[in-house]
Amino acid sequence: MSAAQVIFILVAAVTLFSAVMVVSVRRMMHAALWLIVTLLGVAVLFVLLQVGFFAVVQVLIYIGAIAILIIFAIMLTRQVMSENVPQLNRGWVAGLAAAGGLMVILALAFRDFPNVMDTRMGDPAAADAARLGLALSDPNGFAIPFEVASILLVAALIGTIYIALERKGGGQ
Amino acid sequence: MIPLSWYLLVAAALFCIGLFGVLARKNVIGILMGIELMLNAVNINLLAFWSYLYSEQVNGLVFAAIVFAAAAAETAVGLGLVLSAYRRRGTVIADELDTMKG
Repeated sequence: MSAAQVIFILVAAVTLFSAVMVVSVRRMMHAALWLIVTLLGVAVLFVLLQVGFFAVVQVLIYIGAIAILIIFAIMLTRQVMSENVPQLNRGWVAGLAAAGGLMVILALAFRDFPNVMDTRMGDPAAADAARLGLALSDPNGFAIPFEVASILLVAALIGTIYIALERKGGGQ
Repeated sequence: MIPLSWYLLVAAALFCIGLFGVLARKNVIGILMGIELMLNAVNINLLAFWSYLYSEQVNGLVFAAIVFAAAAAETAVGLGLVLSAYRRRGTVIADELDTMKG
């Protein structure tokens, strides 16, 4: 077993453990902090995949923006749910069965998966980021999907501001 | 060397944990966190397949980048809706947000 495999197993164990804590811990604030650990673990998995650019994007967007947004939302909606009441709904056993069943099906499907090995070891990751940038700005490549994604983001953020805006004078 | 199936298994486990969170959490913000876990699992799969099988093309990276943008938009809209619902109804529990009238 090589060093990369040992690192992978450790990172995967930390990631999955913190993911379990995200869905099971009682206090939402603690769940958000465990979510940050999970996102960081996924970023390390990206590094092991030699997509360093996406590891940086993961830290910037997921931890820097999304996790902070979630923490803001938790702080703005505090003291709604007492921490003594159960945090899971009545159908959680069915949810556990569905998730476990899906996991078993996927694991059985991957058992026969051909054991492909990484062939691009040693490729410079910076070249991948440069290729991605060129493809995203190439009119014959992915310039239009990229622009559509940016319009989606702008529309979503403007819509969020409108939805979450506090209207003066109360009422609906 | 790390086999591709290891990444697929970790991503599958992460997806299933997120699915459990979506199905079982009462709090709407908890459900959103489950969705984040599922989107992360999808991104691991996309980048693992790209890195192992199609690294001479650039499609997988573009797809993963657009998943990031869609995830950011989804979280922003979701949390805006949570704040708006909390302000009007005073709750963030999914079971209690069961009417479509304002």
